[in-house]
Amino acid sequence: MKSAKFDHQRMVTLEEAVAALGSADGEARIMGGGQSLGPMMNLRLAQPDLLIDLSRVGGLDGIEVAGDTIRIGARVTHARIEDGAVPGVTGAYMQFVASGISYRSVRNRGTIGGSVAHADPSADWPSALLALGGDVVIAGQDGERRMPLDGFQIGPFATGLGFEEILTGFELPTLGEGAKCGYYKVNRKPGEFADAIGAVVIGSAPRVVCGATEAAPFRVVAAEERLAAGAAEISVADARDMIAAQDPGFDDYDLQIHAVALSRAVGRAFA
Amino acid sequence: MADGGATDGKGIGARVLRKEDWRHLAGKAKFTGDFQRPGQKEMAFVRSDVAHARIVSVTKPAGFEDSVFTAADMPGMRPMRAPSKLPGYKGADYPALAIGKVRFVGEPVAVCVADTRAEAEDLAQATVVEYEELPAVVDMLDAKAPDAPRLHEDWDDNLVMETFADDDFSKIADRATVIVKREYRMARHAMNPMEGRAVFAEWDDRTDQLMMWTSTQVPHLIRTGLAEFLGLDQRQVRVIAPDVGGGFGCKALLQPEEVIAGWLTRHLEAPVRWIEDRREHLVTGANCREHHYFVTIHATPEGRILGLDCDVTIDAGAYSVYPFTNGLEGAMAHGNLPGPYDLEVYRCRTQTMTTNKPPLMPYRGVARPGVCYAMEMTIDALAREIGMESHLIRAMNMVKQEQLPFMSIAKKHFDSGNYPKSVEMVVDMIGLDKIRAEQAAAKDDSRLIGVGMGSYVEQTAHGTSVFASWGVAMVPGYEQATVRLTPDGGLELRIGVQSHGQGMETSMAQMAYEVLGIDPEKVMVTHGDTGLTPYSTGTYASRSMVMAGGATARACRVLAERMEIIAAHLLQCERAEVSVRGGKIVSGKGEVSFAEIGRVWYLNPDELPDDVDQGGVEVTMGYRPEPDSGAFTYASHACKVAVDIDTGKVKILDYAIVEDCGTIVNPMIVEGQTYGGATQGIGTALLEESTYDSFGNPGASTFADYMMPGATDAPHYRIDHMESPSPFTEYGIKGMGEGGTIPTPAAIGNAINDALKGIGAEVTETPFTPRRVLAAIAAATQNRQGDAA
Repeated sequence: MKSAKFDHQRMVTLEEAVAALGSADGEARIMGGGQSLGPMMNLRLAQPDLLIDLSRVGGLDGIEVAGDTIRIGARVTHARIEDGAVPGVTGAYMQFVASGISYRSVRNRGTIGGSVAHADPSADWPSALLALGGDVVIAGQDGERRMPLDGFQIGPFATGLGFEEILTGFELPTLGEGAKCGYYKVNRKPGEFADAIGAVVIGSAPRVVCGATEAAPFRVVAAEERLAAGAAEISVADARDMIAAQDPGFDDYDLQIHAVALSRAVGRAFA
Repeated sequence: MADGGATDGKGIGARVLRKEDWRHLAGKAKFTGDFQRPGQKEMAFVRSDVAHARIVSVTKPAGFEDSVFTAADMPGMRPMRAPSKLPGYKGADYPALAIGKVRFVGEPVAVCVADTRAEAEDLAQATVVEYEELPAVVDMLDAKAPDAPRLHEDWDDNLVMETFADDDFSKIADRATVIVKREYRMARHAMNPMEGRAVFAEWDDRTDQLMMWTSTQVPHLIRTGLAEFLGLDQRQVRVIAPDVGGGFGCKALLQPEEVIAGWLTRHLEAPVRWIEDRREHLVTGANCREHHYFVTIHATPEGRILGLDCDVTIDAGAYSVYPFTNGLEGAMAHGNLPGPYDLEVYRCRTQTMTTNKPPLMPYRGVARPGVCYAMEMTIDALAREIGMESHLIRAMNMVKQEQLPFMSIAKKHFDSGNYPKSVEMVVDMIGLDKIRAEQAAAKDDSRLIGVGMGSYVEQTAHGTSVFASWGVAMVPGYEQATVRLTPDGGLELRIGVQSHGQGMETSMAQMAYEVLGIDPEKVMVTHGDTGLTPYSTGTYASRSMVMAGGATARACRVLAERMEIIAAHLLQCERAEVSVRGGKIVSGKGEVSFAEIGRVWYLNPDELPDDVDQGGVEVTMGYRPEPDSGAFTYASHACKVAVDIDTGKVKILDYAIVEDCGTIVNPMIVEGQTYGGATQGIGTALLEESTYDSFGNPGASTFADYMMPGATDAPHYRIDHMESPSPFTEYGIKGMGEGGTIPTPAAIGNAINDALKGIGAEVTETPFTPRRVLAAIAAATQNRQGDAA
């Protein structure tokens, strides 16, 4: 399949990109690494009139530590994260997550901001970052604003981004040496999209995420409470109950693999 | 005369590096998609998005009426017809573009042409087809219901073909006190060669010929089919298969797109091209493997299998395919279910049903992966039932070496080998005793270890009598090869088969070396071009090395005799004093190079003897083994798996293969083919499935939804060879290109069921997905709880 016709504008500044979004005739889409949007356009599932290309926009690929926050630009690739560009315990966790995304040539181009903005529920970053917590940094007509990762994704392929806004980066917590992280993905083959994700980060307080669902990834409150109370493991049976209590919509198989992912993510955090 | 070629290890049995690899590794191969011509048009298709419907109207985009074609716009293009002489066979004509009705999602309804593929797709997107939807027949078992919707209005039912053989089971009844019955399904999937289908066509006014470059295994059959369905003389069609990136069977048949490209290039007076994309392949190429089985084994408590009773249903999809029909799988299933086993009674019914899915095509192994899986899984079920190791049951029941040649109960004429020995060897390789000990000592009850195996015997290079018995219109006969000495002493070898990954440019050159001693580097192997090679039904049925290789040997021998006559004259000695040896003609009085022979024949014929063969140094010879009932390759595969019973995921920990394809021409190629086949078998066993909803909509149209085995799924195969030459073929060679796929689903399924035996769970439906494994465990748990209550 070849994509339908579209206009392509390569932007130099963020302001220019935001302005282009606002003034576009018809549907405009932001392209980061193009690893999801590209195939969707070729399959003609997406037929934007205008593609706003951020690959030349400066200032979107930085990784900076400022106190207890790590600021990561939207255009940072999975490959850079896999190669250890993000420092500390946060970086080690993200490195593990990045290494399981698709295969290397996709990781070379695919970006963390593109993944979160695209909001495919089966993708890794929406779940992995929700477990970390922190903010999404957004540029719009009125300048920059922040949204917590909690609540940013509101459904499959749906986020809190406005039509004329661009996701520019993340502000994530720098985890201390004592923090524990665990990530477990159930999928059919290495590199495939997830069928189930469990993500656990125990920093200042435990955050436990159930991901790769039909909708947005969500925090499993009962699991967080259990870990906050000092538990170092959660059985598959308990995880089933906890997940089902929050989302009764799973069929038996999906409930099982999501519970396994959660249970094993906890196991990895304490390994 | 004795073959006098091989002296320094480049002939039969040598691990010669593949001559064709350099161009692939250097990116210099030339595939159909690499062809470009000024003014060429690209084709894109409007394909049905409903499984079963009447076409009410097709509305072309305004202003582009001349760029969009339906069947009605293409006079002279006939539906593809593949007749069969099998009694009761009903084959539905396959229209290249739908006529009146559509019968599967993806069926071409109209073709759009434009300067670029993207623009052609724009036209396809803007073309509106109005359908009157009809109820779809999606499942082959539902297709049998008397009130099931009919795909073809002129049929009384949805039955393509039925075969039935019965036997008197009463004669084993008092001995066969153990009866094991199972039901199995093998899922439909797609073949997925790395290069999809592709066609480039142009009309050459100079030669008055349709020139077609197409990604095919069978260029001569494509030529014959194109001529028939486009109303051309065969002299007006030349088909060339350039580099072809895998075929696996889906390129052994005439494709609608080839017929359409042939019509369009002539009428548009422009070159046209179509490159299948992966989505088209996954939707329209979901065309293989879909079988359903009831299998009942009648055995003694000691494990002697006396009787086999099978009821097989085959999902043939919507149409019959040219030229091999969609009756092949039923005939193959019938003939191969008993495998290598010596049975007393055999009852088998096969029913081939038509459904609203793409037409079934013969995929590497053709029906045998299904029948092997059904039979071998049931043998393991018997083993569990009577508490015996299944390899002992296999070895006990297999036809023994001293019985060969042997006519099997399904009338297969086994030629040579030692089937039980392959079982014994593979059990040893996989380390059965060690695995049993590991299982006994296992502490982790969430990760269960299992071991399983599968054995088969495979008819290869079967010839005229076999294909004639299957009633197909195209029956292979004497396979021909042409050899021609060049004026400088090199060799041109022309074969009508086609090499699309099998390395024939190397193995056929090794064959010439074996006879003539000419360095394989000096042998130019030409294949896949109807203008340059002898007519051949092509590459399929694991036949090329036996058939074209045999023809090559024969042609080389005749060439050697003719060169010896010339050489004897040049050396002034008797004909009996000279012989071809090591790439020269030698005698006690000196030697003559091939280049000298070439020089004399072509350039200095005044030096030729009077008794020279006037056919010169170019020879075409035909070859067919006698009897032509096939050379029977066999193998036993064994694997060790771990089943994660929390997720249902299966991991292959070890995989061992013992195979016997008779005399091996190039062990590296044999091993590569075996590994590739086995990896496709892993796809069948664990990953690949073309799913459909109840309306016949495909659910797996991209690689996001369709899992292919890749490097991370392939184990480190361990292989050992046996070499039992066939008494019926040149050099005792047997075919082996397909076999790797055959026992893999059985071996993996048996290993899973071995792992789950403590739970009492069995998987019976491929692919053995995590969901199915967990469902099997849940069902067994429920049964146990039911029993306890």
